[in-house]
Amino acid sequence: MSSARPAADLAPHYAVSLPAPDDFDAWRDAARQAIQCGIPPERLAWLEPGTTSDLFGTAGTPLPTPPPDAPAVRASKPFLAIARDAALHSDPARFDALYALLWRLQANPQAMEDKADPHVRRVEEWAKAVRRDSHKMHAFVRFRAVSVTDNAAMVDDGQHYVAWFEPDHHIVRANAGFFVRRFANMRWSILTPRGSLHWDGETLSEGPPAQRSDAPGGDPTEDLWRSYYASIFNPARLKVGAMLKEMPRKYWKNLPEAELIPQLIAGAQAREAVMVAAGEQSFGDRPRSATEIAAGSARCRACPIGSLGTQAVPGEGPLDARLMIIGEQPGDQEDIAGRPFVGPAGQVLDRHLAAAGIARDAVYLTNAVKHFKYVPRGKRRLNQTPTAKEIDICRWWLDAERSVVRPPLVLALGASAARGLLGRTASIARERGRAHMLDDGSELWITAHPSYLLRLEGEAQAREDAAFAADLAAVAQRLRTLESAG
Amino acid sequence: MRDAPILERLEVLADAAKYDASCASSGTAKKNSLGGKGIGSTEGMGICHAYAPDGRCISLLKILLTNQCIFDCHYCINRKSSHVRRARFTPQEVADLTIAFYRRNYIEGLFLSSGIVKSSNHTMEQLIETARILREDYDFRGYIHLKTIPEADAELVHQAGLYADRVSINVELPTDAGLTRLAPDKDGRQIEGAMGGLKEAIVEAKDARRRFRHAPRFAPAGQSTQMIVGADAASDADIVGKASRLYDNFRLRRVYYSAFSPIPDASAVLPLKRPPLIREHRLYQSDWLMRFYGYQPGEVMQATGPDGNLPLDIDPKLAWALKFRETFPLDVNRAPREMLLRVPGLGVTAVNRLIAARRHRALRLDDVARLTVSITKVRPFICTIDWRPTLLTDRADLRALLAPRQEQLELFAA
Repeated sequence: MSSARPAADLAPHYAVSLPAPDDFDAWRDAARQAIQCGIPPERLAWLEPGTTSDLFGTAGTPLPTPPPDAPAVRASKPFLAIARDAALHSDPARFDALYALLWRLQANPQAMEDKADPHVRRVEEWAKAVRRDSHKMHAFVRFRAVSVTDNAAMVDDGQHYVAWFEPDHHIVRANAGFFVRRFANMRWSILTPRGSLHWDGETLSEGPPAQRSDAPGGDPTEDLWRSYYASIFNPARLKVGAMLKEMPRKYWKNLPEAELIPQLIAGAQAREAVMVAAGEQSFGDRPRSATEIAAGSARCRACPIGSLGTQAVPGEGPLDARLMIIGEQPGDQEDIAGRPFVGPAGQVLDRHLAAAGIARDAVYLTNAVKHFKYVPRGKRRLNQTPTAKEIDICRWWLDAERSVVRPPLVLALGASAARGLLGRTASIARERGRAHMLDDGSELWITAHPSYLLRLEGEAQAREDAAFAADLAAVAQRLRTLESAG
Repeated sequence: MRDAPILERLEVLADAAKYDASCASSGTAKKNSLGGKGIGSTEGMGICHAYAPDGRCISLLKILLTNQCIFDCHYCINRKSSHVRRARFTPQEVADLTIAFYRRNYIEGLFLSSGIVKSSNHTMEQLIETARILREDYDFRGYIHLKTIPEADAELVHQAGLYADRVSINVELPTDAGLTRLAPDKDGRQIEGAMGGLKEAIVEAKDARRRFRHAPRFAPAGQSTQMIVGADAASDADIVGKASRLYDNFRLRRVYYSAFSPIPDASAVLPLKRPPLIREHRLYQSDWLMRFYGYQPGEVMQATGPDGNLPLDIDPKLAWALKFRETFPLDVNRAPREMLLRVPGLGVTAVNRLIAARRHRALRLDDVARLTVSITKVRPFICTIDWRPTLLTDRADLRALLAPRQEQLELFAA
């Protein structure tokens, strides 16, 4: 239709000032008029209240009157349904985008059905965000009761219920109906930074934007609600991520129950002594690469070892290694070098690996605990065995390494390493020499730590040396079997 | 504890109710408080007013009237032989608490259950009285879910349906053998008999409302049930089979699965190990496949492993697709809707959008990517005009390629 019009008509820039940022009907009336006048999207600016200059830097001309023979404007039902929501979005570009889409609809009435079209997608995303915001408003508005004296006329309990809510989009007016239908016989007000709503049991009135301090402070019923919230939570099934997805932190400050969340999470963790990921909330998302693990573990202060002033020693080896060997923790020399297994125990390990025919540089070497735990004795730093709790906390990083490298075969050197994988204290004597299934399907073998061999003498050393060699030979054999199986 | 402050009793009775999985408030008849004397509305969609750190939605005030019980079901924290603190509410107290919470917009309504005190009938009467106070004295028009006691008189069960939006009876365990062993006071036949009675009443009321506009509503949100997973030896195949029979026989709205979680003061008959939470999740996914994706129960069972359980590392839809690779790749520009629904990574919404979009043009991989969450997951199973997965579907390690690299954190493994 635009091509039918002489080019001179299109020359001026037009501007429409909307009376309110959520006034969809005003937009629709103006858009209908603009389409009938054949004004293409790039020559029309939509101004919200508060915005003075339009995109062209000049005041636009008001819309002309459409010619009497202008054809009717076509807008499909799906478009209107989506546009009504999208118009409430806080993105300043929404009215322009909606007009551009309406313009396209005149030539192609089915344009909205092409869901893969980026412009259609964008408007749909806006509508979706607005619907989500409305849904969250229905869910997270929290009224607080304020006693009112002149309650003679009210059918309710003589209380005025006042809520403070902070929506992301211009949704307040659009959702008044929901609260009226739900709380028809209650006196309530909803205060927001985008305007306020008041219902006295019969009529709805709108007020100016409010501030948080305008809303009342407390309500004794909130204690009951918090108590309910704390009791209905099942600490045996902590899923913080699932909660955050639906109740993001931005809403917490206005939810009376949210102040309990940190202590509930902490309490749930305390309840289970063998908690694997102690403090999911302090670790955040699981790292997905070796670099992230190295950076994260270097900063980690989740247990006291992190504060001893040592460096975190990251794992070393190919990221597609078939075999991962896990020791207890870095020692004095490892801490200085920043590499695992370079001290005396590392040399014992190297010797045995060579004897078993395993190439050290094909193995991913790491430790159950990432920092060196020690006590100073004069100028020396004496190795201290990490506690079970410290190993459990550090398991976060070990698990991350295993999920990055995904070795089919894991060899734990010593009880600390075994705990880092199994989450329980294992007996080396009883559990060595055979495969244990880990829950990701990989195979765990357990043997002594080479530093144990260093502490023995004479016959005992020879015996343990042989046992260690036998364990490594078994692992080497298993590795060959796995490799030949593909 | 009868005279303890309401706050303390609320703690005990909410704590006792948390093993019920359902908190749904959706799918009931639309109603609102305009023109009434009270408050409350239900507008179709359920609303989750809060989420607990266990990731579950809090939509309803979910409590027990009392946690005293004359039954001795081993998996239940409230069984007779358990040493938990006991408390009880009067129907009036529960109704007042519901209204106080509802006025502040904390909840959508009430989910009331109870331990069995004195007799099944007495308990059922107390539950009904609570619902009556809410509906009649307070003209409450929010959501009410009443747990129904299968041993109570049919007349009482029927009355519950007249006040409640939803009624539910727990089948508790997937097999009769498990029920006999773990819930000696319950009878599988009685439970299913009561469910059958409810189904009849729901169907009749629907039918009556079609002919008479003012016929009373009966549980407009239908009935649901709950099964405990992992307390007995039933495999996922058993559970899926049981669930599909329940859906068919009783037209249930939902079957809820509750992973058996270690309860304080556990009975000695129970397994020490608790099932991984992910198992419950896989069962819900299989439930979805049957309800929304057109899978037959038998097909879901085909996705289970040799032990009859669904794989834990990948979802059942992917497991099925990997098992029946000859079905793929599918041409997104031609394949019928019911086949596209079988592509791992394509949900109902995405399929609807693809079908709408392909009427306009031949879809390219980029188009599909815009309409789906993860194109990597979808790619091996589809063709577009610029994409064929060539050898991908034949690769032996496809499962490893698609399985999420990040394993679920098993917080309480060990």
